[in-house]
Amino acid sequence: MYTSHTQADREAMLKTIGVDKVEDLFQCLPDEGKFPQLALPEGITEMEALDELQYISSVNETPQELISFLGAGAYNHYIPAGVDSILRRSEFYTAYTPYQPEIAQGTLQSIFEYQSLIAALTGMDVANASHYDGATAVAEAVNMAYHNFRGRRKKIVLSPTVHPQYRDTIHTYTKGMDLEIVGENLKPEAGPDELISLIDDQTALVLVQYPDFFGRIYDLTKLSEAAHAEKALLSVHINPIALGLIKPPSEFDADIVTGEGQPLGIPMAFGGPYLGLFATKNQYVRKMSGRLAGETVDTQGQRGYVLTLSTREQHIRREQATSNICTNQGLIALASTVYLSLLGKNGLQELASLNYHKAHYAAERISTVPGFMVNPLQPFFNEFVVHCPLPAAEINKLLMAHDILGGYDLGQDYPDLTHELLVAVTEMNSRSEIDFMVEVLEEETHD
Amino acid sequence: MTEPTIFELSRPNRKGIRFPAPDVPLSELPKEFLREELPLPEVPENEVIRHFTNISQLNHAVDIGFYPLGSCTMKYNPKINEETSRLPGFSQIHPLQPVETVQGALGLMHETQRWLAEISGFNTVSLQPAAGAHGELTGVLIIRAYHRSRGDTKRTKMLVPDSAHGTNPASSAMSGMKIIELTSDDRGNIDLDALKAECDDTLAGIMITNPNTLGLFDENIIEACQLVHESGGLVYGDGANMNALLGIYKPAEMGIDVMHFNLHKTFATPHGGGGPGSGPVGVIEELADFLPAPLVVMTSAGDEDNPAFYDLINPEQTIGRVKSFHGHFSIIVRAFTYMLSLGKNGLKDVAIHAVLNANYIQALVKDVYHIPYERTCMHEFVAEGKWEDAPGIRALDISKRLIDFGFHPPTNYFPLIVHEALMIEPTETETKETMDAFVDALLQIANEAKTDPDILHNAPTKAPFGRLDEVKAAKELILKTQLPEDY
Repeated sequence: MYTSHTQADREAMLKTIGVDKVEDLFQCLPDEGKFPQLALPEGITEMEALDELQYISSVNETPQELISFLGAGAYNHYIPAGVDSILRRSEFYTAYTPYQPEIAQGTLQSIFEYQSLIAALTGMDVANASHYDGATAVAEAVNMAYHNFRGRRKKIVLSPTVHPQYRDTIHTYTKGMDLEIVGENLKPEAGPDELISLIDDQTALVLVQYPDFFGRIYDLTKLSEAAHAEKALLSVHINPIALGLIKPPSEFDADIVTGEGQPLGIPMAFGGPYLGLFATKNQYVRKMSGRLAGETVDTQGQRGYVLTLSTREQHIRREQATSNICTNQGLIALASTVYLSLLGKNGLQELASLNYHKAHYAAERISTVPGFMVNPLQPFFNEFVVHCPLPAAEINKLLMAHDILGGYDLGQDYPDLTHELLVAVTEMNSRSEIDFMVEVLEEETHD
Repeated sequence: MTEPTIFELSRPNRKGIRFPAPDVPLSELPKEFLREELPLPEVPENEVIRHFTNISQLNHAVDIGFYPLGSCTMKYNPKINEETSRLPGFSQIHPLQPVETVQGALGLMHETQRWLAEISGFNTVSLQPAAGAHGELTGVLIIRAYHRSRGDTKRTKMLVPDSAHGTNPASSAMSGMKIIELTSDDRGNIDLDALKAECDDTLAGIMITNPNTLGLFDENIIEACQLVHESGGLVYGDGANMNALLGIYKPAEMGIDVMHFNLHKTFATPHGGGGPGSGPVGVIEELADFLPAPLVVMTSAGDEDNPAFYDLINPEQTIGRVKSFHGHFSIIVRAFTYMLSLGKNGLKDVAIHAVLNANYIQALVKDVYHIPYERTCMHEFVAEGKWEDAPGIRALDISKRLIDFGFHPPTNYFPLIVHEALMIEPTETETKETMDAFVDALLQIANEAKTDPDILHNAPTKAPFGRLDEVKAAKELILKTQLPEDY
């Protein structure tokens, strides 16, 4: 359907090649199994395909039909129209990795600007051109720390309040590394300082999330000092929107900063593609995996950009490479670049405050419902834990009957937290939505 | 042509978007945590759009012209796929919504798993891996888990042919494997004697790309897989070159046990300037229980009154998660739209025309450009970019000169076993006229190489930029915009 040859074209080409029919091109394939009859339907037209996909998509329920307070690693934020307008430029989306810099300066400059924006946002010296998502960025932080100590330090101190799916991913990625991962069994209520006693001279990395999976904000100064006293690295996983309001991890002297970039103008899209943010200090730049664009000049002295430090990468170093990463999230990184450019300093500050105030309003209102509790002393950003009078799973069902996605049931990952609901509030949630949820909670849990 | 960076366009107090004022009472901010400096640019919307539009025009892209970049399958990306992937019912759903509210998405994923399984002959397909290399890591971890589940812990040796993509050895190394490189024979196939010598009880498996990176169908594939199986190893298939096999041959039938697909190559999802890709993994029945979590399953087939029901499960012996959530969903929607549009015969047509086009170009240039392994090729072929009577000309010079003709160069210096490699993959979506013009350019360049080599050394001259100084970039290492002190 997307091929153009006429019968006459094909015949002329076969004649040039010197064979009679196209089947002859496949002579070196084993006869048994060649040209199978696929048990699949015939093709359909564009009109029919659109119709079919529209139907399938209509079966799903979106935040247009549901009021959503679901976060837990993916957030419903407003995406400015300009973001998709740039993503739809096929000069960007139908290009490959910029291996020929003379005709790829659009992609290269956008990567360079992405690196600049992420470095500015996290407060770090240098950012790479992205990883697949927050989970793999965190796993690559572990990988980097492991290689930093040439595999000699075997211990990773991992906070139990790092996203459970990210922790799973770390365990999968490190299966061949013979590592000892400690800390996950601590009580989830514990703050970062509880990790300090686990750090020793065999520790390669201390890994925390900020705000953590429960939305809480902690001062990481003591943890950082303890890690550095043993010469271990500190890696901090962030929510990029929160950094419009709160101190960047560089102020706690973090060595690595990772993040899930999805809140930066990327649709929730049932989980992907998202964006793995990764930044570090200058001294570790050669230990960092992933693509990097660097500034240079061309033969005329024009400023331009190229992929650089590729001697770290798999296509040169093969099994000695720092990671196997090849393709990254080019177009998604571009989305976040346009997003951060549009919001800029003032927009991101405004947005972060808006999230903060709405979430705190919601927390306060929910706390007024009998049996529901939010810890009033714990600083948080736009997500918080609600202790419920019933199992969180049941609360979610009650809310769902009113077309409300209540939040994330923490009992799924933390067996002791069956009555805790993780609630996220963004600029997309109006006061009336919050009030409506509170009303429903009052009605449904009233004796 | 130099375009300022977005930071250089910044002026204090400009902004590109406004948000509504808070509709809730303000809460006290956490003073001890407040950020003081936020050095982001301040640019109005129209200037942001103009900036990115301007730099976009410095790119070559499939929608602009021919892009015969070998091993990357730069085919046309149908526009309907962009539309379907952006339907609100797909783009706005949260990955942790109750499964009852996302039956359309789960059903689509289940169908995609089924189509890929039917095309490849595998028993089960997981859509979780984010890219080809990520699929490799997943596949090698599955091989590792399989051996360990049988108490076979000494199997840590992974064979990788010398023609393999660099991701193959890197993925195996990440999984704790010991890598042994296998040489190719003089027809570009796996050397069976070299393979036999490595087949012992420490063999975990072999990573095979077929058609291989020379663009050749490996004539020893069946025997090679048998040898590995007989010694207790498993065969990993790198599916990067699946475009040649759609409806032609099922990889599982060759003896491959686990393989990744590249939806961004074979199934026409856009490359995005380097991602996002999608690298689903298919496995034989014995390995299905090791696939990454979660997997989409149909728990009830449905009947006249009730639709089918889909759920997410964790296979019992799963290697675990390889990323968050369920894979690159919106890429999967694009690939599904593509498969549905083509159907079984359309898919076969893709492979036939991809192979026809590559052989056509090979036939027209082979008398001028030496083809080190001259056979009927599959979807791509590798030529040498050097001549004895043109000393000082390298493949890179030929590539840079092709830019002046409006073409993207072929892949250079890969596979590593061919000196001065030019790896050419036209794909099925190019017209005969485009390929004829490309061949004319290649022939003219070969002539220039011998008569006026400086034209090649100085190329490109018709691109927005001349050759860039890569040594300077690596030495000075400027990796972000240098801001003035008072920014």
